[in-house]
Amino acid sequence: MFTPDRSKYPEIVDGKAVIDLDSGKYLKLWQGPQHPGVTGNMSLELIVCGDEVVDCKTHVGYLHRGFEKLMERRKFIQNFPIVCRICVPEPDTNEYLYAAAVEEVAGIKIPEQAKWLRTLNMEMSRLTSYLMWIGGHAGAFGLGPIGQWAVTHRDYMLDLFEEWTGGRVYHMYMIPGGVRNILPDGFDRRLEDTLQKIEKLMSEIEKVMLNNAVFKMRAVGLGIITKDMIDRYGVVGPIARAAGMKRDVRKNSPYLMYEHLDFDIITGTKSDAYERLLVRFREMFQSIDLIRQIMKYIDNSKNIHTKLPNVLHWKIPAGETYVKAESTRGEYGYFVVTDGSELPRRVYVRGPSYSHAVALLEDLIINVNIADVAGLMTSLHTYPPEIER
Amino acid sequence: MSLKDILSPFYVWKRAFEKPYTTANPLTDRPGAPRYRGFHDNDMEKCIGCGTCADICQNAAIDMVPVEGIQTSKEDSGLRPKIDYGRCCWCALCVDICTTNSLNMTREYTWVDTDPDKFRILAGAQENFWTGKETGYKLGEGYKLLDHDRITMPMVDPKEGIKSFIELVKGYSKEQAIKEADRCVQCGLCIATCPAHMDIPNYIKAIREDNIPEAVRILYETNPMSATCGRICTHRCEEVCSIGVNGDPIAIRWLKRYIIDQVDRKEIAKILRNEFKPNGKKVAVIGAGPAGLSAAYYLTTVGYSVTIFETNEKAGGMVRYGIPEYRMPYEQLDKDIDAILDMGVELKTGVEIGVTESFDDIYKNYDAVFLSVGLQDSYSLSITGEHLPGVIPGIQLLDDVTKGQIPDLGKKVIVIGGGNTAMDAARTARRLAANVTILYRRREEDMPADQEEIEEAKREGVKFITRAIPVHIDLGENKKIILHWNKAEMLDQGPGKRPKPVLIVGEAYTEAVDTVISAIGQSPIYKLLPEEIGSQIKFKREKVITDKYGQTSLPKIFAGGDIVNDIADAISAIADGHRAAQGIDLYLSKQVKVK
Repeated sequence: MFTPDRSKYPEIVDGKAVIDLDSGKYLKLWQGPQHPGVTGNMSLELIVCGDEVVDCKTHVGYLHRGFEKLMERRKFIQNFPIVCRICVPEPDTNEYLYAAAVEEVAGIKIPEQAKWLRTLNMEMSRLTSYLMWIGGHAGAFGLGPIGQWAVTHRDYMLDLFEEWTGGRVYHMYMIPGGVRNILPDGFDRRLEDTLQKIEKLMSEIEKVMLNNAVFKMRAVGLGIITKDMIDRYGVVGPIARAAGMKRDVRKNSPYLMYEHLDFDIITGTKSDAYERLLVRFREMFQSIDLIRQIMKYIDNSKNIHTKLPNVLHWKIPAGETYVKAESTRGEYGYFVVTDGSELPRRVYVRGPSYSHAVALLEDLIINVNIADVAGLMTSLHTYPPEIER
Repeated sequence: MSLKDILSPFYVWKRAFEKPYTTANPLTDRPGAPRYRGFHDNDMEKCIGCGTCADICQNAAIDMVPVEGIQTSKEDSGLRPKIDYGRCCWCALCVDICTTNSLNMTREYTWVDTDPDKFRILAGAQENFWTGKETGYKLGEGYKLLDHDRITMPMVDPKEGIKSFIELVKGYSKEQAIKEADRCVQCGLCIATCPAHMDIPNYIKAIREDNIPEAVRILYETNPMSATCGRICTHRCEEVCSIGVNGDPIAIRWLKRYIIDQVDRKEIAKILRNEFKPNGKKVAVIGAGPAGLSAAYYLTTVGYSVTIFETNEKAGGMVRYGIPEYRMPYEQLDKDIDAILDMGVELKTGVEIGVTESFDDIYKNYDAVFLSVGLQDSYSLSITGEHLPGVIPGIQLLDDVTKGQIPDLGKKVIVIGGGNTAMDAARTARRLAANVTILYRRREEDMPADQEEIEEAKREGVKFITRAIPVHIDLGENKKIILHWNKAEMLDQGPGKRPKPVLIVGEAYTEAVDTVISAIGQSPIYKLLPEEIGSQIKFKREKVITDKYGQTSLPKIFAGGDIVNDIADAISAIADGHRAAQGIDLYLSKQVKVK
């Protein structure tokens, strides 16, 4: 059983920290919801003693948009443009999972080429999301320029998405039944150019961030997650992999065309913020490699969409399904229940950030220097939009 | 920690000498990609205002509004999409579902204004900064949301078909009907076009939901002869179907037929409300064709006691005696008629007004009279020799065949005319083992017959000679009839007018045949009306003039069907009957001349 190190402050009575704010020893400090060191709109109610955090309560609710309820009032096709909005930095996972869940419960098989295009979309989206994350992570440790470089390169990826799907952030491309368009002419060349730019950027980030004495001093040993915490907190994705767990939905229960691709699960051992960065850093290279592998299978002459029933009055027989995919934060899932009507009865979205940003963070943050709180949060790579839907 | 870790970060300075990533003037130097989902653009001419874009919009960002300069017509609702950019999420589902592909998106994406009301835009109608700019997102390749392919109707093979009068169209199965019904986008353009304004989208919806009783109820709201219309309707609704703009229109007529084929006489009676409080008033209907039957049905539902007078042995009018059985099986017509009679309508057949029954008596004994006698006479060819034996009118042939008096047409038959009666006569003659040629004065595209009738006639081996004007008819050897005809050329009569056929000098032909069938149109016979009454009713050419409720200049007499409307098809007659029933009810309940 994990118990946080509360040896310094404050005293524990009956399993609870005794914090007397009037003692002058502690200070209550709100970090967020509007704070550059907090990822997204959530806030941390910190109790600090000196510059160390001794207690923390996470607060969510600033970003609740009621997506799940909204979807119960929309036709199946009308939810397709909604789901991507659930998570801004990586909308495609939502698009894919909603489409896949609807297809599964409606018994629709999609063409193989559509699966390849979806796989390409998912990997490009992973790389894009990681670029944004690495920028934010660097920024949290005061490495501002890296944030600018990374976000610029994310924009190069968004340019590709724009010419491919017509949208930069919300692509609305993976529609139930398949995908909405083939790749534009010359896309492969421009994609390769961008991948090479990103590879160059990565080599620079390695020099400036990974081999940075100051960054190492702060990140090594920060937020160590022991193996026994993994299942207890429902830790998934790169965080679990950095703790040595071979957990990757792409490999463990392959979806789309991942079983035809050559890749290994990247794991680490030390399970601290630095190790998590290393795992994700290597996964970015892995994504670049996967994109190149996938491009060999793309054939614009093949069928990309299965004819759906008329989407204006599409009824799906009663049923339920849970589909999952590996997002940059780990296992992302959609649980869809249908009742035979034109509307879904329930759509439940399982965002991996929920367990990472609420319970796990509350424990990891104890005894962390207040300056490292932002770095700890970004090392968990949490996206509050997917916590609240 | 190594020395490398201390020195390595200084690499960052190298970047200071690199070209910056930023775009100097993002508003002008950063155009949207060729597929960019920017502000909408709508081709006003192509758009038919079906409103499917508004239906699919999950944000309710699209309103269908009237636009100056766009007229409502049969194939255009006159409405156009107005897009609220405060709601739009740029998903472009409206573009994907657009039935005409008129709605697209431009590559323009920046717009700053201080007035929030300006962000509601009639795409394509209002001048904007993006008017005329390059198109961005349009329907992607290899993907579409609408189903443009009609479910193929199972048909009897033409070779088998001409051996007997067996019905050619086999009808949809439940699966096929539901699949076909699924293609409908429920735009409702068909409702406006249907003369009876049938609630087509909703009965199609009832098919999708497999709710046949509801579908039957909807049919009878506006049309008590669905087994008939499901077979022989001229289905102008399908001509305006929005799916038909880029694909096959929904098979509306056959879906109607599917509904009524699922129920028998008893079930129809059960579905329809048949307990009415009699209001003690009596209405006479003269002529048991679609108009008369329709009027009788609707009058009965509001409590009138209705008696139909019919000269023939059976009710049905031209549907029975003018349409061959392979198109309109008699038992299906009987089903419609029986359902109407089951409501309590009295039918008197074999009544010849003026001979067995006096019009004056009817006029006196009933509170109102509905006149629907149809077109009984055939237009004359107005050429010499047309009265020779062996030259017969098309409707006579069809009438004889219905009555079981099969005429001997001989081996070779020519049918003159290009309407549905000409096709019916030609195909009936094919079934009587004759070689049939259709002679028509204009071009094939000018033929008033339904396209599928023309195609089916061709499949059954009927030959077509177009731009051919009959000149005169002689009697040849062996009782052969010699038809002299002349090739014609089409003279343009200016925009909006049909081109006129004019004889080409020196291109005269003859054809020796056994029978010539003339089917160039029909006219009414009003001899049943006594002089005193006939003189009070106003006519225009041969048609009775009525108001919108079918009331003639004699308040007590209403009229409908082929003697009133110019279209002269079953569905228009049914609509006339329904309107006249409303008119009679208004007239008798208020005793005023209705307008």
